[in-house]
Amino acid sequence: MKSLLNVPGGEQARLVSVSDRLLRKLKQYGLHIGDTLRVLRSAPLGGPLLVEVNGRELALGRTVAENLLVETECESH
Amino acid sequence: MRVALIGQPNCGKSTLFNQVAGYKAETGNFSGTTVTFTESRVRVAGEVIELVDLPGTYTLEGGSPAEEQAARYLDSKDVDVIVNVADSTHLALALELSLELLPLKKPVVLALNMVDEAARLGLRIDGEGLARELKIPVLPLVASKGRGVKQLFLKSLDVGRKKKTAAYENSFADARHVLARELAKQYVTQGERHVTWRDRIDDVLLHPVWGYAILLFILYLFFQTVYGIGKLTEPPLLAFFDLITKGVLTPFGSGTLFSEIILGVMQGIAAGVAIVLPYLLPFLFGLGLLEDIGYLPRVAFLMDTFMHRIGLHGKAIVPFILGYGCNVPAVMSTRTLAEPRDRYLAAALATLVPCAARLAVVFGLVAFYLGPLAAFGLYLFNLIVIALTGRILSKMMPEDTPGLILEMPTYRVPTLKNVLSKSWFRVREFVVEAWPILIAGSAVLSILNYLNVAYVFNWLVRPMTWLMGLPSETGVPLIFGIFRKELSLVMLSQALGTINFGSALTTTQMVVYATFVMFYLPCLATLSALKRELGTRPMLAIGALTVVIALASALFVRVIASII
Repeated sequence: MKSLLNVPGGEQARLVSVSDRLLRKLKQYGLHIGDTLRVLRSAPLGGPLLVEVNGRELALGRTVAENLLVETECESH
Repeated sequence: MRVALIGQPNCGKSTLFNQVAGYKAETGNFSGTTVTFTESRVRVAGEVIELVDLPGTYTLEGGSPAEEQAARYLDSKDVDVIVNVADSTHLALALELSLELLPLKKPVVLALNMVDEAARLGLRIDGEGLARELKIPVLPLVASKGRGVKQLFLKSLDVGRKKKTAAYENSFADARHVLARELAKQYVTQGERHVTWRDRIDDVLLHPVWGYAILLFILYLFFQTVYGIGKLTEPPLLAFFDLITKGVLTPFGSGTLFSEIILGVMQGIAAGVAIVLPYLLPFLFGLGLLEDIGYLPRVAFLMDTFMHRIGLHGKAIVPFILGYGCNVPAVMSTRTLAEPRDRYLAAALATLVPCAARLAVVFGLVAFYLGPLAAFGLYLFNLIVIALTGRILSKMMPEDTPGLILEMPTYRVPTLKNVLSKSWFRVREFVVEAWPILIAGSAVLSILNYLNVAYVFNWLVRPMTWLMGLPSETGVPLIFGIFRKELSLVMLSQALGTINFGSALTTTQMVVYATFVMFYLPCLATLSALKRELGTRPMLAIGALTVVIALASALFVRVIASII
């Protein structure tokens, strides 16, 4: 398990854990535990990450991304 | 019969609404354009219905005020038919809301909007299968081009009359999420995807270096175009109105109360057409274009870091950008922010953004007499002041937000019709509401001048105008500017007795005056929006804050100008 911030661009990861408060927010955007995220790009100077979830693009601020705990492909096998 | 349009943010509800009701609801290619519901009586297939456009909501269990409003509306009002507008390109997500609507025991029609976009992405949707599964009518729709609109409403009226309610068991959010994805998997097949410029464009526009360069370039180009068109049209229009005013005045002579009033009215009319519209029209058209393309969320993405510095996250950029058009929708759009602290801060800062009316003051005064670079500089200065204010305010109200979560919409080719009707929708607001006040204000001022009582007002704010080194006559236009910001420019010509400001004011005075107008007290309409959104005390606090900032900024500019 690691933070989404540590997932390099272009790679996929599965959302495994996040605080209840943040999860409630994420659900409003259709992001749930178990969903696959792909990091598309990140803005410079500590800017947000752009991720693809279920075919949509979401911008996630650093503080948000930091609190998303994910598993990458190789870990789950 | 009452038909409610509901759907997730940016799925095209308002576009559909406008197709039927005429342009009445704001649209734009980003989430949260509609923050309150718009109702309209429309005639569909010989029947008059009440059509309601609800704010976009991902779920009825959401937390932001805009989402609560949508949920409350569906609950309380006697809605006869729910038209669930779904973005076909993201059906798995859209169906989550549908699954939440079905247990409401009301007739539901599912409209698969943007099927043309879905086809471009190679998505084939089995609408009939979905209709069988959900036991509700499912219809294709391309709201932006008006395709499928008539069929959709005929069907909606039909199920509304038969009161065929959807029957579906309620379930938890997680279960809906899983079910929606399964449904999407079952009824949507992914064919060949045509990779187009739209898929590649973000490589450039969100590039760590080029992205910012292009952002600056776009803003600069926008600025130059507005200025160029304004500069080209303002002088001939002014000359034209000068001629008319002289012609109208001749039979009345001069120096009588009546002729003074006529002169005031004419100057009000002239200022609206010749000074305000030349800049307002191209500005609103350009803003509409950028909105519909979907560039604004990209700006939010690029500017998130900057926004953090002033205590907000990137999503709050929407009120800012709307603020350049008008502060009223800007303040209202803070409703899409979930945290009260964010709403307060964003609303306070958005009122410092120079709206189109203040743009007219800056352009009509500073750009016209000192050149576009000076105006550009003033806008940059404005940004710095907003950033500083944000930093100070956010120190006083510590951040407690999880940060930015924002959907990036696909780029869309704007339709000329929508951009034009959107611009017209906003210009009409000026023509219908602001212009009469401009004319009346101008006339009132001419009466005040005739009776020689304007000095009372001037005397009231003399401490401030004296501090800024402005002639005392500027007091009246500044006071009347609280009603409408354009009055600060229009009545300035009245107060100084000339439309050629260059002969009555020094360049320093022009810049200082424009700086003060840029920041001080938002107009009455904005103040009332602040009161509605935040309450009376925050409104008064923000009002007082803007006066302090305006005075400090104007003094700063005065000192700098005296050094140069």
